[in-house]
Amino acid sequence: MAGLELLSDQGYRVDGRRAGELRKIQARMGVFAQADGSAYIEQGNTKALAVVYGPHEMRGSRSRALPDRALVNCQYSMATFSTGERKRRPHGDRKACEMGLQLRQTFEAAILTQLYPRSQIDIYVQVLQADGGNYAACVNAATLAVLDAGIPMRDFVCACSAGFVDGTALADLSHVEEAAGGPQLALALLPASGQLALLEMDARLHEDHLQQVLEAASQAARDVHALLDRVVRQHVREAALLLGD
Amino acid sequence: MKETPLSNCERRFLLRAIEEKKRLDGRQTYDYRNIKISFGTDYGCCIVELGKTRVLGQVSCELVSPKLNRATEGILFFNLELSQMAAPAFEPGRQSDLLVKLNRLLERCLRNSKCIDTESLCVVAGEKVWQIRVDLHLLNHDGNIIDAASIAAIVALCHFRRPDVSVQGDEITLYALEERDPVPLSIHHMPICISFAFFQQGTYLLVDPNEREERVMDGLLVIAMNKHREICTIQSSGGIMLLQDQVLRCSKIAGVKVAEITELIQKALENDKRVRKEGGKFGFAESIANQRITAFKMEKAPVDTSDVEEKAEEIIAEADPPSEAVSKPVLWTPGTAQIGEGIESSWGDLEEEEDEDEGGSDDVTILDSVKMETEDQNVGDHITDDTPIVLSDSEEDEIIILEPGENPKKTRIQANNSKQEKASSKKAIRKKKKKKKAAKILLF
Repeated sequence: MAGLELLSDQGYRVDGRRAGELRKIQARMGVFAQADGSAYIEQGNTKALAVVYGPHEMRGSRSRALPDRALVNCQYSMATFSTGERKRRPHGDRKACEMGLQLRQTFEAAILTQLYPRSQIDIYVQVLQADGGNYAACVNAATLAVLDAGIPMRDFVCACSAGFVDGTALADLSHVEEAAGGPQLALALLPASGQLALLEMDARLHEDHLQQVLEAASQAARDVHALLDRVVRQHVREAALLLGD
Repeated sequence: MKETPLSNCERRFLLRAIEEKKRLDGRQTYDYRNIKISFGTDYGCCIVELGKTRVLGQVSCELVSPKLNRATEGILFFNLELSQMAAPAFEPGRQSDLLVKLNRLLERCLRNSKCIDTESLCVVAGEKVWQIRVDLHLLNHDGNIIDAASIAAIVALCHFRRPDVSVQGDEITLYALEERDPVPLSIHHMPICISFAFFQQGTYLLVDPNEREERVMDGLLVIAMNKHREICTIQSSGGIMLLQDQVLRCSKIAGVKVAEITELIQKALENDKRVRKEGGKFGFAESIANQRITAFKMEKAPVDTSDVEEKAEEIIAEADPPSEAVSKPVLWTPGTAQIGEGIESSWGDLEEEEDEDEGGSDDVTILDSVKMETEDQNVGDHITDDTPIVLSDSEEDEIIILEPGENPKKTRIQANNSKQEKASSKKAIRKKKKKKKAAKILLF
C-alpha cells in the first residue's frame, strides 16, 4: 500500500488517533434474556457479541468431564457480512478453531473452574463487524458476558492489540493498520497481577523493540479495564435500581 | 488408541527432578537435543531429527492461477501431518486440537513473516504463479514437534529447486530438469521456532521439552526468531500466566539458540551441496548409519572396572563379621534342617498342622545367613561361629558337609518341601548367585 502512512509526522494515525490512544469503546451487558450471561461490545468499528451458558452438566461425552474442575468450551465465529467482502466461513475452519482454542486457554486461566467440578461452561462469541482487533474485542465481550452470568473469575480479562511502525508502538490496531503487514501483538491481561493469560505475535519485530510493544499493549489493556469496570458498575447500579433497593 | 495416562509417581518424579534442575536425559535447562539433518536424493526433501523426534519435510511446486486479491504473488501452502507411526495416540479422528494448533503456528511463523519472496514466484501476473507446497510428516514423537517441524520446513525450502521458466510474450516455457538447472527459491531469512516449557505455575522453565516433560508441563511458549534477532512469532499456549520479564528473558535465550541452529543448518546445506557437486553419494540411504537400520541405538556408557577387585577386598577386610548368636541348626534327616523356631503362625486353626513344616517358617533366618556368608572372607575361619551356611543347588559351589551339632553346617535345602521354602530358596538362590559371583572372585 504505497503512499499510506500509518503514522504521520505529527504523530497522528490514519483515523486521527495518537499512538497510544484506544478507539471508542461502548459495551452493554445482559443483551439476551435467554442466555445465562451475554454482552455486546463495540471497539471503534469492531462489533462483537458474546453469550455464556453455564455452568451446567456436561453435554455430549460424559467422559470428557474433568473430576476436579469445569470444562470451558469456546466457539468463535465471524458473520459472513463482517468483512469488506461477503465471505462464507465454514464452521470447522482452521482459523476459527484456533481462535476458539485461544479463547478457551484465556478463560480457563481466569475462571475459577475448581468451584464447578464435572460441569461445563460454554462461551460463544460472534463477530458482527471486523475492523481489526477481533481477538481483543472477543475477549473483552466474553469477560463481560461471564461476569453477567455470575461466574466467579480471578480478575477481569482485558485484551488489546498493538503494533509497531516507525519506531513507535501503536495501540489498538484497526483493520487498515493490520493489513499493512507490520508486526501485530495481541495480549490478554489480568490487570491486578499484570499476568498475561495469552500472548500472540505475528510478523517480524526486532527483539529490541519487544519490550516497548509489550508495554504499549499492557497499558492499553489496563485502559480497557478501566472502561469495562465502569460498564459493569453502571450495569449493576441499573439492576439495583430496577429491583427497587 | 487412547494415550496411556501418566502415573502419579512418574509425574511427581519428573516435577521433583525439574525442581532440582535435573532432566531425565542429563541435559541442562537451556540445552537442545542433538539435531541431525539429512537430505534425500530429490531437491526439497529432508529429515530432521531432534533427539528422537523425527520430521520429514518435502517441498513440491506447481503452476496455478493466483488468488484474486493477490494477483502478483505466489501461493505458499503448509501442511503438517501427525501420522500414526509417530505415536499410537495420533489416530486420524482424534488429533484435531493439536493439529490445528501446530498447523496454524507453522503457517503464521513461515507465511506471515515473509521468509519467502512470493513476488518472485510470479510467472505471468494474474494468470500463472508458482504454488509451493510444504508437506511435513511427523515420523516419531518424542516431544517438541514444533521446533523440529519448523526446522524441517525451512531446511526443505532452502534445499528446494524449482524448474526454470521463461516467458516470451504469451508463451510460457517450462524447462525440464535436464534442459536447464533448477532454480532455488529466494529466501529472505530463516525463522526457527524455539519452545519453552513452564512448570509449577511458571517457576521453572525448560528449553526443548521431550515427551515426558511435555506431559507434566503447565504450558508452552513458542518464540520464532531468525538469526538477525527479529522475532517472527510468539505464541503462548496451555493456560500459563506469564509475566512480561519472563517473555523478555525467553526472547534473549531464543536469540542465542537460533544462532546456533541456523549455523547448523547452513553447514548441513553446504555439505549436501558439496557432495552433490563432487558426485559423491547422497540421499537418505547414505545418511542412515549402518548400525541403526530399524532400531534406536543407545550409546555405551564406559564403566571403569579396573579396581573392582581391590575395592571389594577392602570392603570385606573392613567389614566386621556379625556377632549375633543364632541358635544351632537341628538336622532332622539328611537334607532337612531347622534353625530356630520361627514366628508363630497367625493363620489360626486352619494351619495348625503346617506349623511343624521345617524350614518353611525360617525364610527370614535363611536369608540372613546368606548375607552373612558373603561377608565371610574364608569359610573356614568362622567354623566356631554358629552361623549356619546354606548352599544353593549350583554346581559351582563347594559342598562341605560338617558334623552336626558342633560345627556349623552347610546343608542343601531341598526345594520340594513347601511353596514358601521354594520361594525363599529361589530368592536365596538369586541373591546368592549374585553374591556368589563376588564371592567367587574372592576365593581365587
